[in-house]
Amino acid sequence: MSDHLHAARPVPWALHLSLLALAVAFPFVFPSNFMVNFGVMALFYAFIGQAWNISGGFAGQMSFGHVAFFGVGAYVSTVMQMRFGFSPWWGLPGAALAGALVAGFVAVVSFRAGLKGSYFALITLAFGEVLRIISNSVDITGGGLGMLIPMKSGVANFQFEERSGFYFLILLFAAASVALAEWLRRSRFGARLAAIRENEDAAKALGIDVLSEKIKVLVLSGAMCGMGGCFFAQYFLYIDPTIVFGVDKSVEMLLVSMIGGAGTVYGPLIGALLLASISDITRVMTQIQGLSLVIYGGLLVIIIAYLPNGLIDLFRRRGGQPGGKR
Amino acid sequence: MLQVQGLSKIFGGLRAVDDASLSVDKGRIVALIGPNGAGKTTFFACVAGFHQPDAGRVHFNGQDITGMAPHLIARHGMVRTFQITQPFAKLSVLDNIMVGAYQLHARDADARAHAIAVAQKVGMAPLLGQAAMELTVAGRKRLELARALATNPQLLLLDEVMAGLNPSEIVEMVGIVRTIRDLGVTVLLIEHVMQAVMSLSENIYVLSHGRVIAQGAPRDVVSNPAVIEAYLGRGAAAIHGGGTHA
Amino acid sequence: MDLSILTAAAINGLLLGGIYTLVACGLTLIYGVLHIINFAHGSLLMVAMFGVYYLLTVFKIDPYVSLFIMVPAMFVLGYVLYKGLIGRFSSGKDENILLITLGLSILLENIALMFFKGDSRTITVAYSDTMIELGPTLVPLPKLISFAVAMLLCLALGWLIQRTDTGRAIRAVAKERMGARLVGLDVDKVYAISFGLGLATLGAAACLLMPIFYVSPTIGHVFVLVAFTVVVLGGMGSFLGAVLGGLIVGLTESFGGLFLGESLGQIGISLIFILILLLRPSGLFGAKA
Repeated sequence: MSDHLHAARPVPWALHLSLLALAVAFPFVFPSNFMVNFGVMALFYAFIGQAWNISGGFAGQMSFGHVAFFGVGAYVSTVMQMRFGFSPWWGLPGAALAGALVAGFVAVVSFRAGLKGSYFALITLAFGEVLRIISNSVDITGGGLGMLIPMKSGVANFQFEERSGFYFLILLFAAASVALAEWLRRSRFGARLAAIRENEDAAKALGIDVLSEKIKVLVLSGAMCGMGGCFFAQYFLYIDPTIVFGVDKSVEMLLVSMIGGAGTVYGPLIGALLLASISDITRVMTQIQGLSLVIYGGLLVIIIAYLPNGLIDLFRRRGGQPGGKR
Repeated sequence: MLQVQGLSKIFGGLRAVDDASLSVDKGRIVALIGPNGAGKTTFFACVAGFHQPDAGRVHFNGQDITGMAPHLIARHGMVRTFQITQPFAKLSVLDNIMVGAYQLHARDADARAHAIAVAQKVGMAPLLGQAAMELTVAGRKRLELARALATNPQLLLLDEVMAGLNPSEIVEMVGIVRTIRDLGVTVLLIEHVMQAVMSLSENIYVLSHGRVIAQGAPRDVVSNPAVIEAYLGRGAAAIHGGGTHA
Repeated sequence: MDLSILTAAAINGLLLGGIYTLVACGLTLIYGVLHIINFAHGSLLMVAMFGVYYLLTVFKIDPYVSLFIMVPAMFVLGYVLYKGLIGRFSSGKDENILLITLGLSILLENIALMFFKGDSRTITVAYSDTMIELGPTLVPLPKLISFAVAMLLCLALGWLIQRTDTGRAIRAVAKERMGARLVGLDVDKVYAISFGLGLATLGAAACLLMPIFYVSPTIGHVFVLVAFTVVVLGGMGSFLGAVLGGLIVGLTESFGGLFLGESLGQIGISLIFILILLLRPSGLFGAKA
């Protein structure tokens, strides 16, 4: 579950730029609503998947409750807009802050208690549940009925007339997240996270403040998730406790990273493309509810069993050996 | 440089470390030896902050660091290695050492240069690209050492760095430890391999059942009856007449 | 709030808690022996409950009679699952097994969704509406029967673990795997049996739950958290802990609903889980993790 930080050949800039170019061209080549929506969903999952990846893959702190940060972002931005009259664009920083705060709280409380591995995963699940139950029970969030954002197209309302407006915005987020992951691969912070992931005691013996770094990475991850939540709310114009605090989102974030390749820069994108494709294809070809997730669950089991580094291993085997050149 | 006074650590009913005192002067190589289960690693763990001692104080460069968090102690210049090596398994040798180097350098390029230099000093330069988990035992021991060295420590606590090495590897490692000392690093080592202890250390402490039972120059310690008894059992001193063994 | 309402809530909580105990016993057995956190525990219960549902609606078999079918069937399922899937990864990283059981739970839940859609189903039997007076409250007969049978089964399981040769083998492997191997125990077989037993308890719990609850493809989520909370509260690997934990969680759910309302009341369980993990991760009776 890792990318030999510097040992594998670093992704060449040419690749980054070509992928970006392809992504920018995509909505012009495939302008239909269906395809643009596919693009939006793929990039959306790539973005929140990367958010999970940063704390779960790079730092090795597997979480089952990332949806907590996502949902809190969705609700905070929507509540700001609907109950307090803020311009929807303020929702983005508001959501990021909310996600960061909740993540910070969860991190401080869990890591100080020494929780790691599976126990940490389970407690994050419980935190997500708590938030879901609360949002289901209080008036300000509309309780179980959720919240509806009235359709008012226009950039000022954070609603784009052309779906491609959403596309380019989420592309910006996703690209930034890829840049962030690349930075992690070559920075001191990223090296420390990898050390923590591999061996906490050894990391401490080398002067790394493990607790502090873990908190930092979770806060960063939480902020990103929060932004994802805000985007989601604006794109779908309806949120409720099950949608934005349900376990399914946590699982999806985890899934795209683990299947694509946790701890790698492009793993989440690969996983997201796969998720969005399977999702759309199954929806179009059959009426069977849940088929895409069946495929997903099966893939997860197969990947963990046979390709534990994720699908990205298929790309790497062709290239250099793990070890690479220096 | 290091002053440990009356250190004790109790686990349940067991006194793993019992009122042990030890001191290490700057620039020296000091060894901590003793039969298995004597409490040596626990002692290290307490000194380096991985366990909270139940009694006693630890002073490093005049500062009281008793019970300080391990990463802070490391930042103060005391770095330990582990008896069972703890490499960052999936990272390359270079990346492993860079984690240590990042203690001193914030920038990627500087850390990398420093790490490469350290690797050369301990003879790991050809292995830089290899994943840590693919190394042999000897390689891992050396990596553990290199990683600690990359933090530019003042005092290195080496826990059985010779364990699992074959005779020629031991000779090489002894040379490396000497080189490290010559570079200005003070060394405190736990060791079972007597050949290494005798050729490296200037001062030896002997731990048995958690207590320091002898201390002094290598030749004196090794012929000390109490030490012989600790290793070989009651009455052994009489049989062996206080002779040396390697 | 007068005493009779509180007592009624307490009674209902205990009755449901008894069944949680049974579910948790399976989970704690699996953890205690295999050191696996079985995330699929909830979805496997759901599968068993659908089994009971169809045994009644298609074959007209009373759910309590189904015990004789479901328990062995789930045991076999568990044994096969272990041999075919879980066993290969039980010695790997902790988190990998968690992920595999997560994958399994996703598979099961969504296969169920594919076949059964999202609706909840309940069953009724002849005596569904028979009420028994218990103190200040009227309790449906099935609830009482289920509680009694659950407690009996927990005792039976406990007896099996303590008094039979198989149980001894299980305890040996749980305590010291290498040693058990050295004295000739087939550790892998013990693992498979333990996993099978863990699922067998789910088979039993399903029979006991169907008359008083409902089933839908997604209830796995609910039960997973409940089961984990009971096990963590009681202490991983402790049966006494599972019993006490189950009763406490049942009570919490009941009182939570009473004082905080239907929706917010569910929060009690998650909060217990969080607090135990933070403050006393070994639970009431568990060994230090």
